[in-house]
This record gives sequence, C-alpha cells and structure tokens, in this order.
Amino acid sequence: MAHLTYEQSKSKAFTIIIILGIMTIAEVLFALLGKGYLIEGIEFPAIVMALVMIAMSLAKAYLIVYEFMHMKYEVPGLVKSVLLPTLLLVWAIVAFFYEGNGWNKSRTKLINKYKGIDDTQIDKGIGFIDNDTYYLN
Amino acid sequence: MADTTVHSVDHDHHHESEAHWNGGSRPFKASYGKLMMWYFLLSDAFTFAGFLIAYGTLRVSMNTWPVPDFVFSTFPGGFHHKPLYFVTVMTFILLFSSYTMVRAVQEGHRENKNGVVFWMILTIVGGAGFLGCQAWEWSMLMGKEHMSITTNPFSAHIEAGTYLEGDGHDIKAGDTFEAGESYLIHKHGDEWHNLKYTVNGGPNDGMVKQQEFGPKAFGALFFFITGFHGFHVLSGVIFLIIICVNAASGLYVKRKNGYEMVEKIGLYWHFVDLVWVFVFLVFYLI
Repeated sequence: MAHLTYEQSKSKAFTIIIILGIMTIAEVLFALLGKGYLIEGIEFPAIVMALVMIAMSLAKAYLIVYEFMHMKYEVPGLVKSVLLPTLLLVWAIVAFFYEGNGWNKSRTKLINKYKGIDDTQIDKGIGFIDNDTYYLN
Repeated sequence: MADTTVHSVDHDHHHESEAHWNGGSRPFKASYGKLMMWYFLLSDAFTFAGFLIAYGTLRVSMNTWPVPDFVFSTFPGGFHHKPLYFVTVMTFILLFSSYTMVRAVQEGHRENKNGVVFWMILTIVGGAGFLGCQAWEWSMLMGKEHMSITTNPFSAHIEAGTYLEGDGHDIKAGDTFEAGESYLIHKHGDEWHNLKYTVNGGPNDGMVKQQEFGPKAFGALFFFITGFHGFHVLSGVIFLIIICVNAASGLYVKRKNGYEMVEKIGLYWHFVDLVWVFVFLVFYLI
C-alpha cells in the first residue's frame, strides 16, 4: 500500500478481482472440458487435470495473499515467518498420500483374498464378504 | 480545577500509551495486532490443511469414490445435471466480497468513514449470501438426497453391468452402465432402494448384485470440512458487523490509525476466501 496512491491501489484491486474471476471461470471450464462434459469424446488424464487445477489454485492463492492481503508490501522477515512454515505441508501431503495408497493396497489384497471363494458358498449365506466390505468402507 | 486535572491525566495517559513501546523499531514494521492475526491465520491454515489432506488420503485409499460433478449438480429452480454451476456462483459471491473488503480497507487508509461503512456493508451482504447458498446446498444434500455423516448414497460402479430394475428417475430396467459411472441410491419413505443389476464381463460376469452405498467417509468429510469453513464465514460476518457498527459510530476516527481494525478483519476475510479456493479445488474440481 505504502508505495501506491489511493487511485492506483483502487484500480489495482479492480484488476486483481477481474483476473481472479477469469481464473475461476477458466478452472471450471477446464474441469468440465477435461471430464468430457463440453465436447463429446474429449477427456484428459486425471493426473493432468489435477496438476493444472492445483497450479491454477496456487496462482489464485498467490494473488489473494500478495495483493489482497498486502503480503507484497510487508517486510521480508514477516513474509518468511508466515510463508516458510507452510512448506512443512509438502511433506505432510507426500507422506499421507503414500500412506493412503498403502491402505488402498491392503484393501485390494483383502478383497482379492475373498475372490478365491466360489460364489456357491457366498449364496449359502456364509456372507463374510458383506461384513468385511462394511468394515473396509 | 478538577476538570482540568482529569483532562491533563487523560492527555498524559494518551502520550504514555504511545510511548509504551520501548524496543526500538516494531518487529517486522507491523503492529502487534496485525502480526498476531498473521500467525493465527498461519495456524488456521494448518488446521484446514490437515482436514484437506485427510480427505485426500481417504480418497486415494478407496477404490471407488463419488464423482463431484455428479454429486454437486443441482441448481436452484429444480435444475439437475448442472455440474459445478451452483458452486461457481458461490465462489463468485465470496470473491466479490473479498474485493469489497479490499475497498473498505483502502477507504480506511484515507480515513473516509462513510466509504469504510459502505464497502463493509457490501462485504457483510456477500458473506451472508455465501452462507445462504451453503445452507441451500446442505439442505439439498440432506433433505433430497439423504446424505448424512453416516450414510453416503453416492457412489460409482466398479464394473460394467445392466440394471434389472428402474429407480423412477433417470434409470430404467435394461439400462447398461460402464465401470466408473456414478449413481445415487434413492430413498422412498424410510426405505432405501438399492437397484439390482447383472454384471457384464470381468471375473463376476453374469452375477446379480445390487448397488452398494458409497464410502461413508465422504459424507462426514464433506459436512465437516465445508461446515468448518462455513463456521469461519459465519464468525467473519459477525465480526464484520461489530467492526462496521464501531466504524459507523466513529470509534476508529478517534484512534487515527488508518482503521487498523478494518485491516485486521480484512486479513481474516481474505483468508476465508483463500481457504475456499482450496476447498473448491479439493472437493469440487478434482
């Protein structure tokens, strides 16, 4: 704020909100396009979709924090003390997604174990598949 | 005589409070209140990150998960199959209220009382509008689609098949579906109608099965995380109202610090918008 006049910061805020609005529309259109809602037969792989969406959301977060919350005009020490700790989340994301994948593998293993049992036994009402899927959910 | 004494004491007190800070320049050239607001927001960011990471972890740990474009596809006025439309409207309401908040802070910097109050009222309207939209979304999910924190009627098929019965809505007996196709189990009265189908292809070819409920974690995570965010919006609106009334009463004119209170609630309000960017990403876009 300190370096901008009132008129300048006023027009700047307007520019930023327009950019944020356009980015939101672009995100939604890209989500609908990538999942095949807009044009028949066109779909993007899930990983591409996720990466583009995350990149756009981070860009929006940058605009909100740096422009709207005036982080841009704070002293470097404040910026670092607030933003650097969030880097810990990178490890949290990596570790927990690794863990989640591990759980998925265990679940699949359990389900496959019961696939070896023939269907006649299930029909007789031994029925532990139902119970297990209940706990698995 | 007595009057002048009181007056001079007041004066001294005023000077003293300005001289309280003896540690040279302020840390990070920011006031105590603003700095602490930043650190509160940092800790709150970790809380929300924890919730969203939990959502992601549980999602990747399941082999089926409700598809957001299918779950969030109703629009006021009886519209269906409008994926993401309503939530985009909600996002725009919150973004707009963030802009009006910026304007309120800017008017505060030039000590324009009427400007501050005007833009803060617009921000309050935006916040309340967002809460109204969320209430509508929740009531649709709970009242019409019967999703709760323990029951999740939304799921997606893990194998292809042919329906043996219809649900009276979109599905007719004989309709076929592919793996990955979403479904909603309907409830009529007190009874759930899990449709029966025969599996087409795969190791279970020809087997008769019925629609299973989706992962129950979905309902709990959705209501808890969007509810926690909505609670932040609600408390934000309450604080905005208090500060707006204070500003209108001329309290901050006396303080002559460029409406710092408005700046602090502004930081909080932008943070609520920032969190919504990520809730929107995790729940609706991916």
